[in-house]
Formats: sequence, structure tokens, C-alpha cells
Amino acid sequence: MSNPLSDMDKPDVIFCIGTNMTECHPVAATRIKKALKRGAKMIVADPRKIQLAEMADVYLPIRVGSDVALLLAMAHVIVRDDLHDHAFIEERTLDADQFLEHLSEFTPEWASTITEVPAADIEKAAKLYGAGDKGAIYYTLGITEHICGVDNVQSLCNLALLTGNLGREGTGINPMRGQNNIQGAGDVGAIPSNYPGFQKVDDPESKAKFEALYGREMDGERGITKVKALNLCGSEIFAMLIDGENTVVSDPDRKHCEHALSSLDHLVVIDIFLTETAQMADVVFPASAFAETDGVCTNTERRVQRLRQAVPPPGEAKPDWWIICQLAKRLGFEGFEYESAKDIFNELCSISPIYTGLDWDRIDKSEYQWPAPEEGHPGTPILHENEFTNGRGLFKLVRYRDPAETISEAFPVWLTTGRRLQAYHTRTQTGRSAGIDYLLSEESLEIHPEDVDAWGLQDREFCRLSSARGSVEVRVRATNRSPRGTVFTSFSFNDVPVNILTGSGYDPITDTAELKVCPVRVEALDKSESDAAG
Amino acid sequence: MSSNGIQHQLILDGEEVNFSAGETLYEIAERHRKEIPTLCYDPRLEPFGACRLCVVELEGARNPVASCTTKATAGMVVKTQSEPVEKYRKTLLEMVVSENREVEVDPLRGYASQELGKLTDRYQARTGRFKGAQSGQLHATDDNPFIFRDYDLCISCNRCVRVCAEQEGDHAIAAMGRGFHKQITTEFNGLLKDSSCTFCGQCVQTCPTGALADKKALRAAELPEPLQKTRSVCPYCGVGCSVDLLSKGEKLVGIHPAMDGPANEGALCVKGQFAFDFVQHTDRLSMPMVRGDDGELHETDWDTALDRAADGFAKTLKKHGRHSIYGIASGRTPSEANYTMQQFIRRGYGTHYIDNCSRA
Repeated sequence: MSNPLSDMDKPDVIFCIGTNMTECHPVAATRIKKALKRGAKMIVADPRKIQLAEMADVYLPIRVGSDVALLLAMAHVIVRDDLHDHAFIEERTLDADQFLEHLSEFTPEWASTITEVPAADIEKAAKLYGAGDKGAIYYTLGITEHICGVDNVQSLCNLALLTGNLGREGTGINPMRGQNNIQGAGDVGAIPSNYPGFQKVDDPESKAKFEALYGREMDGERGITKVKALNLCGSEIFAMLIDGENTVVSDPDRKHCEHALSSLDHLVVIDIFLTETAQMADVVFPASAFAETDGVCTNTERRVQRLRQAVPPPGEAKPDWWIICQLAKRLGFEGFEYESAKDIFNELCSISPIYTGLDWDRIDKSEYQWPAPEEGHPGTPILHENEFTNGRGLFKLVRYRDPAETISEAFPVWLTTGRRLQAYHTRTQTGRSAGIDYLLSEESLEIHPEDVDAWGLQDREFCRLSSARGSVEVRVRATNRSPRGTVFTSFSFNDVPVNILTGSGYDPITDTAELKVCPVRVEALDKSESDAAG
Repeated sequence: MSSNGIQHQLILDGEEVNFSAGETLYEIAERHRKEIPTLCYDPRLEPFGACRLCVVELEGARNPVASCTTKATAGMVVKTQSEPVEKYRKTLLEMVVSENREVEVDPLRGYASQELGKLTDRYQARTGRFKGAQSGQLHATDDNPFIFRDYDLCISCNRCVRVCAEQEGDHAIAAMGRGFHKQITTEFNGLLKDSSCTFCGQCVQTCPTGALADKKALRAAELPEPLQKTRSVCPYCGVGCSVDLLSKGEKLVGIHPAMDGPANEGALCVKGQFAFDFVQHTDRLSMPMVRGDDGELHETDWDTALDRAADGFAKTLKKHGRHSIYGIASGRTPSEANYTMQQFIRRGYGTHYIDNCSRA
């Protein structure tokens, strides 16, 4: 997030797109509810009539995967009606003229044919966001899990740059991260493009720095993403070390994942449970869990916080870092002589420019949001206050593209996937916590009641859901949350492995899968099948 | 709260103190550590003025005033601890206590559950001077696994109703009836699961008497070890709510929201509040495992497993080169795990064949 969580009750206009915040980030959503009570206005764009939509002043039920068209048209209206921030554009951005010209063809009428939202509503949303003094954008995976995920994010940046909604309280571009340390995983360099602290691996200066540190030659080009690595299992990739990820269930195209991992010569998994992925490993190491480990995690607002141990791990389970260090030492790797999480974190701070001003003791009270580039630095709650990372903000000339697969005679329905309040990811945690089943005990497919009738289905009975990659059986749930022609389910329940269906395409830049769009067919089961399914 | 930062003055227990426009007498007294007793007050909520315990003497006013709802004005003369006020507070507490089945409750019931008991001790109010009828009745049929609705202990402070409305925006619960017939309930006096309740647990944690109680934590009521609190961060989404882990001996027994957590300021959701049993679940891996010749995974010791794991990487390196080995880190493990993982790949093999689960 460019802005802190505490800013969320301060905007005049809130724009939520591709975020089901009341279910996926419920505590953050309470701040939005307070902002609305205070009088803030809210625009919500989401194919499903989620709870946020019910609270919105303008609700845009866009067709799945049509975000870019909506955002281009909103920018078009803002410029047409002279609601853009001339001073901000002049002082803080580059090449705006080209962008303003680019926008001229993307009228709300044009966008309406793609998004299936009335042009008048697009106008209303644009004017609301454009006229607000403090406009804040919040998004989640509904923006990024598309073949055009990067285009979607850049379209949001374009809107914020156009209206000067960056670098001030109550504004910003705010992605809500989904896991408690997913921000930290990237911060510390567990990505193919960056050393710790976003030091680019293809930057000669960084390369020289880490070659000196590691005492070895380093590749000067980026590594490959996990998606590519899985594609190359058995042909170029032959061994994997996986820590704390149930790849087989959480990733798109499950059959492909299973095939990939089974083609390895060597698979080592570190986890707290014998997950579906761990069951495929040659060696499984037992890790200590939340409440059993000291460590650090970084939240969605870049706040660096301490995790603390309260109880001992079971049996011989050990902290992940200890396991990785032991393995490294047995392979003769140098530099793994740590004695504690504190040692490791302090070393990280010493080589990471965004953490330079931090150390284990300093973050004891969770006061710091990175970057804290030097000792004594107070941290940075709001990014881009005076300058962008690269100096001036760049508008991107984005164009709308269709999803990787679009509906057809064979697969006439849009499936979009996501999460539910009571279940977390593949339920390795929530599925093993007493009481959660009382609230949510099984998966269902949310279908508009009229579609349930039109497709010959029965509410609460099982149906078959098929895509070009496979099919699953799932219980029907008639609900107005789904629009006509679009169905929804989550990937949380292993007995409804919906990621058998997904994986139609990937963003060419980030390799993020298009989990939010998958054309499917929905059919009733015949009598003998439904008896077996029930 | 300040208007243009202008400071005004009033006299608090004989001392001149500054305040900003909009501050209440309670807020000013709190700032000066006056320890005014309260039951219906939660600093996160709008003042309610129901319990009357926070009354103070205000010069010129005929009766004591509720400090939580009285805005300060310049020149006020306020006494927080005079004898009449203390006597008034004691009498009020005696009446509150007379309505309840019990006053001392297990701290596992909730974060604020000890408030009434502590005040009763402080004012020695367990005198039995009043024979009050009981207001509020236990909701015995609500079988939800999280929230015990023991309204026998309810004192109608409305903190639960207000936290649900003001903090959560859910409006799942309300007060019904008046006087001794007052009852906190949901629509049609039904089950919480049939209301708009999301089981975030906020009502439980703000309840000052334990009338709303954490059923999961109470499973550990009989454990003899002392209750410990350890500050940590919720293991679920990226909001990063601060929590206090409750443990007895080696057992994780519950979670409290951290009221001073910067991300959550005391809030949690159903997962963060109640979904912690996975930690000490019998399915947890407790021994390293290696795949045997029979194709199955077998438990073994660390040495054997580490040797086997290292051997596999060494062989792969020899046979297929350093670009044949890949590491996947996690968004759920601490940064130290992710840092050592990327260092394992980078320092071990000189490549950047490392990623995490953020792409799916």
C-alpha cells in the first residue's frame, strides 16, 4: 500500500476494485465502514454483488476481466470534464500529453459494450473519483490475477496520477496483500528479480555487491518465475526446495502441477502438515508454526512486526530458517552460521536499503513502515510524498485485451474464483480449527437463481462444472451475489479442487495466472451421479 | 480533537491542567492518571453515559456529572475523588453486583472480563446490601462454538451492541426491553449464526463482566498452569493484526486482540480470533520423513533426513548443473525463512531461481 491502514477512514472518495475486503481483509474493511459513516463516498467495481457493493454509492458490476476498459473510460471522462489535476501532472509526471491523447477514443459508450455496465454509471464513477479532493484506490487479486494484471495495475496508477491522488493522506494506490508475510517474502529477496530490499539482480552494482558478499560469481540476469519453473520440471528443473506452500492445491491447473512435481528427481518440502504437496516429496521436514517461532513479518502497509514464540513446537519440529541453514551447511555453503532469528534479521537490515534504519530491537513495538533508509529514520507511512522512486510518475498507454479464454458454445459461463471469510487458502489451518466447520463446512458454486432455473439445476444439489482442462462436482447455491452468466467458487476445499479448471492464461510480465476468469459449462448431474456425489 | 491546537485550562483536583476543545472530562482525567472507574466505557467507542460510575463533582452543578459524556469548558473546577462521589460509585456498584450470578469470572472469558470484579474489589462492593432481581437471561440454545451468551452476567452496558455497530459496522445485536427486562439479543431473539454476526469476537472482548465469553478459550479453564500472554501477529491475511497469544504451560489456549496493535487497534476477524487450533493439531508433523524403497514416507531422525535432502541436491547439481535447482519460499513463513531460502539458492548456486507464492 502506498498509504497506511490508518488512512483508510480519511478519503473523500473510496474506489474499491477487485477486492472482496469484508471477507478477505475484514479488519481493514471496518475502517472503510467508518469512512462511509463519516460521509465518504464509495465506488465499487466487482462482477459479484459482494457486501462492499451493497454499501457503495456507485456500484459497477463489470464483466470479469473487463477492468482496463472501465478504467480507460473513467480516465477519459476525467480529462473530458477537466477534472484532472493540472499542477500535479505538470510537476510530478512525464509524457502526459501522449496519454491524454491516447484516452480520446475510450468513451464510456465504448467501455459499456465491453464491461456490460451502463455508460451513465461509468460517467458517475469517473466524476465522483475525479472531483474528490482525497481519492483512495484499494484493490486485491481481482486486479492482478488476470492475463492483463499489470495493465490493470497501471490503469489504476494512471487514474491516481491524473487526479493527483498520490503522496498525500487519505489517497493512494493500495493493494491489500493476502498473506501475513507475502510483503516480507518479496522484501527480503525471495523473488527471481531482486536481491533483498529490491536491489535488482540485473543491476551491475547490485551484482558486484552480492558477489563480494557471497564470495562467488552471480548470474547477471533474472531467474525464472515459479510458473515457468513448474513448466520446466523434468526438462530443465530437476530438484526443488519448497517451504510452506501447498503448490498442488493453491496453484492453477492442478494436474499440470502434480505432473510437474512428480517429474522431479528430488523434491524437499518444509511444512507444518503433510499437505498434498508434501505427500509428493522425497524428504519432508517438520517446521515450527505461528505461536512457536520468533521472527519478523511485514504487513500490507509495509509495517515490519515481530512474531513471538508462546509455546514449543511439536516433537522435533524446528524453525524454517534452522532447517534451511542445516541443509545449506551439509552442502558446504558458507554464511549460514546463524544462531537465532535475530541474527538473521539484523544481517538482512545491514544489506537491505529499505531496512537499513531498522534492527530486531528497534521494531519491538511495530512502529516502523519501510523504507527506513538510515539509522534514526522514522519510517515512511506514506510513499511518494515528494518524489516517485524513479523521479517522475509515468503514464502507461494501456489498451484493453480479452481474457485468455472467452465464453463459447462449449463453455458459455464465466467462472471467477476467490476466497470466503471463514476459510483461508487451502484450509490447512482453518480446516483444522474447531468450530470453523459450523460456519462453513463445504464448498458451493454461487449461481444467480434465474440461471439455476434456466440451466435445469436444483439449489443445494450437486452439479458438474467443467472447463477445457477438467471438471469438478460441486453443490449449487442460488444467490443474487452472482450476476446472470457468471458463477463463483473458492479453491479452499480439497474435495472441490477448482484449480483443476483454472489456468487458461498468465500475465506475460508477472506470470500471474488468470484465476479470476475461466469459461466453464455447468450441468446437472443425472440421478445416479447425484446420489453418489451427495 | 484540538481546534487549531489552542489550549484551554480547567482545575482538576486542585491543579490547573490544559485541554483541547472537544475533550471530555474523562479523557482529560485519564491523561492525568486519575483512575476514574468505568464499566460502559471503551475508548474506541462513542461515550454512552449509562453506568454512571465515572461521575465527578463539578463546581456549580447540583449533581455529579458523568465525566465520559461531559465536554470540558474553560474554567471548570472538577473533583474526581471526593468522598460523596466515591460513596455514590460504591452504591452503584453494589446495585450492579446484586444483579449478577457471579462477579469473579475466569479471565479466559475475554479481554475485558475482569473489569467488574476488579472494581468490586476496589470499592469493597460485595456487601449484599441490595437484593436485586436478575436482568438478562442466559441464551442456552445458541450452540455456536465460539461465543457463550451467558447473559445472567449482563449489566446492560451496551458495549457489545456499540462495538458491533460502531467498530464492525455489522449491527448484529441490539438491546430489547427496559429495566430488569432488558436483554441483549439478535433479531427475533435467535441464534447469532442467523444474524449478521461474523463471529469476529469483538463483543466478547469488550464485555466487562464475561457475560459474553470465548467458548474456545474456556476449554482450558481447568488447566492448572498460570495464563501467559505473548504479543505476536495474526497468521492469516496481510493486514497484520497484532494479537496476544494466550497460553497455559505448553498449551495455546486462545487469542486476544491487541488494543494497541497499529494495524487493527483491537479488532480481529473470525479467523484471527478463533482459528488457532491448527497449531497444536494432532496432524502436525513432528518428525522428519524420507521416502523409502517401498515408495512411502517414513519418519526418521534429522541427520538421516538432512543427509538425504543434501545428497539429492548435490546429485542434481552434478548431473544437471546449477540452473536445475529451484526454491519456493512462502508468504506465510517469517522473513528469516524467506531470507535464508533466497540465500540458499543465491549463495549456493549463484542463480536467481527463487520465488514465493505471490503469483497464485
